[in-house]
Amino acid sequence: MSTTDQARVNVPASQARAPRMSRYTRTNKSNQGLHTKKSILLTIIMGALVLYSLLPLFWLFVNSTKTQAELLNSFGLWFSGPNALWDNIVATVTYNDGVFVRWFGNTLMYVVVGAGGATFLAALGGYGLAKFNFPGKKAVFAVVLGAVAIPGTALAVPTFLMFSQMGLTNTPWAVILPSLISPFGLYLIWTYALDAVPTEVLEAARMDGAGEFRTFFTISLKLLAPGLVTVLLFTLVATWNNYFLPLIMLSEPTWYPLTVGLKQWSNQAQTVGGDVIYNLVITGSMLTIIPIVVAFLFLQRYWQSGLAAGSVKA
Amino acid sequence: MTTLSTLTPSGQALSGPRKPHVQKRDWTGWKFIAPFMVVFTLVLIAPVLYSIYLSFFKEQLVGGNSFVGFANYGQALTDPQFWESMGRVTLFFVVQVPIMLGIALFAALAIDSARLHLSSFFRIAIFLPYAVPAVVATLMWGFMYGTKFGLVGNLNDFFHLAIPDPLGSSWVLASIGNIVTWEFIGYNMILFYAALRVIPTDLYEAASLDGAGAFRIIRSIKMPALRPAIVIGGIFSVIGSFQLFNEPSILQSLAPNTISTYFSPNMYAYNLSFAGQQYNYSATIAIIVGLFTAVIAYIVQNSGSRKEV
Repeated sequence: MSTTDQARVNVPASQARAPRMSRYTRTNKSNQGLHTKKSILLTIIMGALVLYSLLPLFWLFVNSTKTQAELLNSFGLWFSGPNALWDNIVATVTYNDGVFVRWFGNTLMYVVVGAGGATFLAALGGYGLAKFNFPGKKAVFAVVLGAVAIPGTALAVPTFLMFSQMGLTNTPWAVILPSLISPFGLYLIWTYALDAVPTEVLEAARMDGAGEFRTFFTISLKLLAPGLVTVLLFTLVATWNNYFLPLIMLSEPTWYPLTVGLKQWSNQAQTVGGDVIYNLVITGSMLTIIPIVVAFLFLQRYWQSGLAAGSVKA
Repeated sequence: MTTLSTLTPSGQALSGPRKPHVQKRDWTGWKFIAPFMVVFTLVLIAPVLYSIYLSFFKEQLVGGNSFVGFANYGQALTDPQFWESMGRVTLFFVVQVPIMLGIALFAALAIDSARLHLSSFFRIAIFLPYAVPAVVATLMWGFMYGTKFGLVGNLNDFFHLAIPDPLGSSWVLASIGNIVTWEFIGYNMILFYAALRVIPTDLYEAASLDGAGAFRIIRSIKMPALRPAIVIGGIFSVIGSFQLFNEPSILQSLAPNTISTYFSPNMYAYNLSFAGQQYNYSATIAIIVGLFTAVIAYIVQNSGSRKEV
């Protein structure tokens, strides 16, 4: 990916290449690997860890195929009774006038605007910090790095009180605005941009009379791509899985994301006289994780490159 | 770390343009950082200032909102419920974090060792739970923990075991620890693995020429290189422990008798605000927890870098 992108940029390949593309860093079939023989014992131990990691997900899948009655009366780790997967899915998306679909759409919106916006702001800011000297830069560093130490959820209550005075609570903005800030993302792009965007390229662009923003959008963004994907994935997971913030900010189910909605269903099942819909909670949970798991599997290979850049200088 | 950075190709190929572009002092950089800073001010700095302001006031029956100085802080520092919750998350952090980071470290070294069959499958499978929302993770484990209909109940019936109730008062903290561990082993593993991958291969070659075995290489090359990543993982875990909220709060409906409204400091602050309307006191708790977390994170960071050679 980065190779083709970089080929379009008019710089010597040796300068344009991202930090990972190097003879110093190993690929999977490294010479370390060729000399060592595989260890069965290690594979077995790690197999146990994989089992631990995947077992709950298997449980979730198995139980999303059961009816409400089978759910309570059969062994949890194997299929039982008629396959009710399709019925459960239909019941989940149609329950309560299709409120699940509404929550799904809300989550999608929070993710696109929140994670997309957070990545964009981090890219602009991190690049600005890496490639420009400007008055007050040290103060920006100090404030942003200091803020990372502040526990985000401890701030949630004051943020709620402030937002409610501004009339923002119970609107999507109350969820989106706080998701737009990713100090970790800013830090990652900053460290990544130091190496990935050579200053010579920027100077050449300036000589050609390109404005700073034009240079950023036409050249720098492409060079930053692996770092951007890493940040996007972190913010994607964070916004898709966001629970605490929407929980306190939203009081009406209309704007709920999936996480808060599922919790409400689960509560309802435990209330005396409430409609017992464990099968919907389980099937809804499975439908909630499918998109994020797919996105995750698709993008995970890009994670390391960006992360590595961050960890070297940490 | 400087040694590592200079060994990376970019440092070498670009011969020194690590420092930002030097030009006349202008404000162009601000155009790039400004959007971030504007939102940052609104959602981070303003709430901090606002909660500091709130913590000095008190809503009173007579006289309305009045300035009370450090009275709220005094109240918090002598509040047994607050200290109980702090004690609980401290215990959680002392036990759960080393276990989680230890397993993650082992997994990262195993995957990096090239001694595994199917190592990329292992990497992805162990990382996968990180993508699962805490709500779903807690609901799944919560169902499995069930002694009547859940997996624990199944096992007890099948094998005539007497596994104690995972959500009973003596086990509930460990059960929450298990959920958090499940969620974050993979994340920390990837953090460590990424740090291992940037170790230059030459170092391994040199070491094996010198006759160093796998364990010697781990001790002398890999562990020093991992230290910054371990510090970062440690800091994130400290912050995470003191912020514990999602898992106990979701499990609360399954175990209302064992998980109190002040199970963790964050749950306490939340319930003070949303059930008790005690906004000023809640803000005070939030600030104290924030300061506490920052101090511990600072200690973790220092103890990590002090050992750096």
